[in-house]
Order: sequence, then C-alpha cells, then structure tokens
Amino acid sequence: MIEFNDVSLVYPNGHQGLKDVNVTIEDGEFVVIVGLSGAGKSTFIRSINRLVTPTAGELKVGGDNILNYKSKGLRDLRTKVGMIFQSYNLVKRNSVFRNVLAGRLGHTGTVRSVFNFFSKEDKALAYESLKRVNIDEKIYSRADQLSGGQQQRVSIARVLTQKPNYILADEPVASLDPPTSHQVMKYLRRINKEDNITTIVNLHFIDMAMEYADRIIGMRSGEVVFDGPVSEVSEATFEEIYGRSIREDDLRGGAEDGEQHQ
Amino acid sequence: MANNINKPSLNDDRYAPLLSPWRAKAKLSLVFFIILFFLWYSSRTTGVDFGDLIMGFTNMGQIIDKLFPINMDVLAPAFDRLIETIHMAIIASTFSTIIVIPVSLLAANNITHNWFVYNATRLIMNILRTIPDVVLAVIFVGIFGTGPIGGIVALFIFSLGILAKLISETVEAIDMQPIEAMRASGANTIQSIAYGVMPQVAPQFTSFALYVFEINIRASVVIGLVGAGGIGQLLMSQFSFNNYGAVMTIILVIFVVVVIIEYISTKIREAII
Amino acid sequence: MTYEQPPKKHVPTQKKVKRISIATVILAMYIWTFMSIDIEWKEAFNRFASNYNVVVPQLFSPNWARAGEVIEKMVETVFIAYVGSLAAAILAVPLGFLSAINMTNSRILSTIGKWVLSAVRAFPEIILAIMFVVVVGPNPFAGILAIAIGSTGMLGKLYAEVLESIDMNVVEAMQANGANKIQIMFHGIIPQVIPEFLSYAIYRFEIDVRASTILGYVGAGGIGTMIFFAYSNRNWSDMGMILLVIIVVVTLIDYGSTYIRKRIV
Repeated sequence: MIEFNDVSLVYPNGHQGLKDVNVTIEDGEFVVIVGLSGAGKSTFIRSINRLVTPTAGELKVGGDNILNYKSKGLRDLRTKVGMIFQSYNLVKRNSVFRNVLAGRLGHTGTVRSVFNFFSKEDKALAYESLKRVNIDEKIYSRADQLSGGQQQRVSIARVLTQKPNYILADEPVASLDPPTSHQVMKYLRRINKEDNITTIVNLHFIDMAMEYADRIIGMRSGEVVFDGPVSEVSEATFEEIYGRSIREDDLRGGAEDGEQHQ
Repeated sequence: MANNINKPSLNDDRYAPLLSPWRAKAKLSLVFFIILFFLWYSSRTTGVDFGDLIMGFTNMGQIIDKLFPINMDVLAPAFDRLIETIHMAIIASTFSTIIVIPVSLLAANNITHNWFVYNATRLIMNILRTIPDVVLAVIFVGIFGTGPIGGIVALFIFSLGILAKLISETVEAIDMQPIEAMRASGANTIQSIAYGVMPQVAPQFTSFALYVFEINIRASVVIGLVGAGGIGQLLMSQFSFNNYGAVMTIILVIFVVVVIIEYISTKIREAII
Repeated sequence: MTYEQPPKKHVPTQKKVKRISIATVILAMYIWTFMSIDIEWKEAFNRFASNYNVVVPQLFSPNWARAGEVIEKMVETVFIAYVGSLAAAILAVPLGFLSAINMTNSRILSTIGKWVLSAVRAFPEIILAIMFVVVVGPNPFAGILAIAIGSTGMLGKLYAEVLESIDMNVVEAMQANGANKIQIMFHGIIPQVIPEFLSYAIYRFEIDVRASTILGYVGAGGIGTMIFFAYSNRNWSDMGMILLVIIVVVTLIDYGSTYIRKRIV
C-alpha cells in the first residue's frame, strides 16, 4: 500500500512540485496519472522511490514512512520499487542480457557485481523476464541495435528481474509510435494482473489512460484534482483536469493493429 | 571539386569577408601591429632577430656536416637502452591508466557532486599538467637517485595529469539516463559506475591509454636526459662528450621507434573507435 | 521456482582466436617488462627514505631571493616560444597548402607533404634542440629553431586539414568569374581559413611555452638552463622557485589563450 498524507514538495528554485497530496493506492491496483506536462505527475511518481524528496507530509510505502530513509534504507526501498522511463535508460553499448541483469544490482553484493559474478538463479530469472516480454531471442544483441519499442520491453524485463512489489512508469510510451505504445501498455497491464504488482503509470494520452487504467488520478499544478475509478471518468473530467477542451494531440489512437510480437 | 553539386550563389555568406568594412580592417591591423611589437620585443630579449632565423633555416645543411657520418658502434647499447625506455613507458602508462580511474571520476561533475572534492581534484590535476616532464624527472631522480625508477614515477605523474583531463571530460559527456535507472533500482554508487559509466567510456579509455603510451615513449627520451634511465640518458652522455656521430645515431633510432609505435597505436585506435 | 538457464552466447571461432591472441600478446608484454627491467627496489626505497626530507620540503619553500632572475628567464622562455610559434605559423602555411589534396590536386605532392610533416612531428622538441645546439651553438637561437621546426610539423598537418574541409563552391565561383590563382587564394581561400589557422597557432603557442621550458637543459636558452644548474647543485629551493614560476606562467597563458581562441572561432 502506498499512502500520501499531506505531501508537498517545493523545489530549491521555489517551484511547487506537489501541494497537499492525499492519495492511497492499494496493492495490485493499476493507476494512471494524467495531467498536462508540468502538472506534477513526474514529481508524484519520483517521490515514491525518492528520486525526489518531498519537503512536507508523510509518504508511506508498505506501511513505513519513506521520507526518513537514509542511504541503506533508500536502496532497500528502491529494490522493491521498479521504474520504467520515457527514454528506456538502457546502457546502449551493453548487451540486452547485461542490461537486464543490472536489475539485480540492488540484490547483489558490490564486489560480486563489479566482477560480474551473478548467480545461476539471477541469470535464469533475467532470461525468464526477457521471455515474458518476448524479446529473449535478442538476448545477446547490443541495446542500441533495437527499436524503441524493443528497448522499452528490455527495460520492462529489467524491472521484472528486480522482482519489485511496485512498478512506476514515467511516460513510458511518449517516445513510441501508437501501435508500439499499446503493446508496451499491454505488457505492463498483463504483468500487473499476473504478478499482482501495484503499477503507477504517467500518461498524457486520454484514450490510453481510459483503456488500461483501473483508476485515474488527475493532477494540475501539483494538486490532485481528480481521483476515481475509470467508470466515473468522462470527457468532461479530462477537460476539468486539463483546464481546457480536449484536442487531438491528447489522444494516442491506433489501438488494435501494429507491431506484434517479433 | 567534382563532388560539390551545389551551385554557389552570390548571396552566399562566405562572400562577406571580401567586403570587409573599415572597422574589421582596423582590427586586423591592430592585431598585426601587436604581433609585430611582441616579435620586436622578443628579438631584443632573446638576442635573435627574424633575419637570423631565415639565415638559420638556410644553414640547415650544416647539420649534415656536424652530425654525420653517424657512428654505428653506439647502435648495440642504444638498443639496450631503447628497450629500457619502452619498459619504463609501459609500466608508467599501466599504473597511470589504473590510478586515473578513481581520479577522473572525482574530477567529473556528473559523478562527484561534492563541490570541494571536484574542484580540488581538478586543481591538482591542472597543476600537474603545467609541470614540464623534465622538471618532474629532475625531482624524482633527486628523490630516487639515477636509474629507471625516478623516470617511471615522473612519467606516471606526467601521464596521470594528461589522462585525468581527457577521461574526466569523457565521463562528463556520458549518457546519465542509465545511471538514473540503476539508482532507481537500488544499485549503489560503485555498482552504477561499474555498470553505467565504465561500459560507456571503455572505447575512449582504451584509446587514450594507447595515446598516453605514445606520449610516454617520447617523454621517456626527454626524461632520460636528466639521468632517469633509458635511451635519453645515453643520448645525453654522448652529447656532453661532443660525440655527435653517436648522437645522430641515437636520434635516428629514436625517430624510427617513435614512428613505428605511433603507426601501430594509431591503427589500434582506429580499430577501437 | 526455477527457470531455464539462458542459452550460451555464440562466439565465432575466429573471434575467439583473436581475443586469445591479443590477451597472450598483452600478457607476454607485461611478463617481459617486469622480468627484464632493472630496478633495485630496496636501494630505491632507501634513497627515497634518505632523500625525501632533503628534496620535498625545500621544493615547497621556494627561494624568493632568486624570483627576479627566474622570472626574467621565464620571460625569455615565453619569447622563445613566441618567435618559434610565429615562425612555425608562417612556415606551416605553404606546407599546409602543399599537403591539402584539394589545393594541389596532386596525390603525389600531398602525400610527400604529409610524410614530411609527420616525419618532423616524430622528433621530440628536445631532440631537435640538441641538433640545433650542435649546429648553431648553445643559445636561444637554437631553441627558437627547435620550436619553429617542431611546431611546423603539427601546424602544417592541422592547416592541411582545415584547407581540405573548406567550401570549394566559393573557389569554383571565382574561377568561373575569371579570377586568377593569386586572387582566388587571397579572396576565396584565406578568408575562410584565417580564424582556424590563428586559433591553431595560438593553441600551439600554449604547447610551445611548455616545451620551451625544458630546452635550456641542453643549452638552447630559457628557464631550462636554470633547471639544469639547480639540479646540478641539488638546490631544491631554487627548483621550487622555478617550478612555481612555470606553473603560474603556464596557467596564465593557458587561460589567456583559451579566452582568445573562444573569441576568434
């Protein structure tokens, strides 16, 4: 369970990233955060694994207030919270396998990992993760030889290898074309259901949010302005969240066809 | 040229310099004047004028008079000493490439966020790079006595300064996104460096290591002059005995070796990057 | 829960052989180096123990009494570098043109030019200085010649690269207008390359200041002469003063040169 109690965050430059946020996310939920860019979606997500640190309030992950964590506690928290990024964040010169194994770093001793001694179980787990996102035949390719959609699947495999309880995805499809975007969202959705991993995704595409989310949280200027199940959401809700009428570029489109498993 | 298909046009920007306004001309004249002034002043200080210089170039033929015929007797000892020079360069390059790893990380602002550590490391490295190789050699020969060890330490310090600058700049230019991902998955600093930084800088790192080996070969010649071992030491002793035939033989040996090593090193570096 | 192990990575035999042979060569090189280098570790350590206190504290307490003399010699050093660099900046122009393939349109000429330049670069400055000391005697003139020749090797190469990258459309247009070779050179080519030529010359001056500090060691003028005497007399506080002046002057020149180069390009 993730609990935001009156969480606020003011950046050193004075910008207010979060303002009195009160949100509770139950285990196993698939939550999509929507809002315009700069609305605080990214700050919200990055607070959960403390890539940014809120300046006021209480943020509990699994019952413990994570705002007090120092280095060791922080690393333990982060091994439980996997993260997926807009630009995949792979080491481009490394093989897919090595990138995926990097997901185990938090569970591996420093000396062992520096000398590349991963256990048999870790290697098998990394391979299994690649199979789950259907990219196992690229195991020894270099990451930069893969398409954007394939790289994002590798980054999902990296998170799976980490065996997290929570997955955060910060605009995971913003750099992808519509068919590939749907494919990536489907993998995230399937993993959420199969492994019961709480998943929080930032999106700015309304149609995708509606298609994949259980619950939608709308943000504007650092505040939560909507929070409810998908069934309660209508176009008017989005207009309220965005503070303007819906435009074509708020939609991703292209739901069904496109890049199938390759 | 045949491969330039684009037709040049008259409103091309590059025609602009032709119509230089008087201000640009004044500026150029000023620069020219400053250059000449320093030249005149330098000639006065050094006691050499530009005319001498032109004379000097025309008298180049004297080199042949004085330095030839070469003395082949010195060839065998020259080779022995040459091997020593190469060994010194290998050892110094190896140690400096190992030590430069932590140093260059401390001198990279995307890895070291501590303002003091970052600036202190950079300052020390910048100072090291201003010290001429011969001065380093003199100091370390003073400390360790004549022989290769003083030379090796001098070369090590000398190449450390150069490498630290080159490699910390490479580290500062890497893609930080994978490192963010590793931090987000609970990896510690050393792990993020080993998995995120090292693979990204490995090719340049190897290339710079070879480059520094090249530099060390040349520098070890210089360093030998002050008694720090190697072929430079032999060169200096023949030079001080006015044994010019032998001096020229040694110079030719050095020349050949430098050319060969540069050639090999360039080929390897081209293959890596 | 156990999962299947990943398949082994397939490495072609040729690649394996290549890797093993590279590893063997490197290993052999190190064994050869460490087996044959003649270092008396124990003696070196003893000398270190006894000399450390003689050398290092003195280095850090420079002899200010000689500051004036040292600065004077350093100024001479900078002027040696200046005249040498200037001569090289001029000498390198014809050699650069000769080596640039788009200027001569002759493979033979440009290859010869490039060979000459790289041959010159292969001589460390101090070796050139020794040669010129033999020819013209031990004075700053020898140093200037050494710097001039050594720098020509590098500047000529850089100039040729600049020339090879210029926009030839301008030249073609001028040819079409009936301009002669000299006119093309001064109105079509020189304006394009002047900023880069200048910038490289100033950069080379930076290097030359460092290089000329050592020339005096073989008698070719400048502060190197003082290094030689301080070392011969084991006068480490003089050496400290020399070192301090070199560090300050070289740093100042580096900053100045970087500033000017940024403004030019």
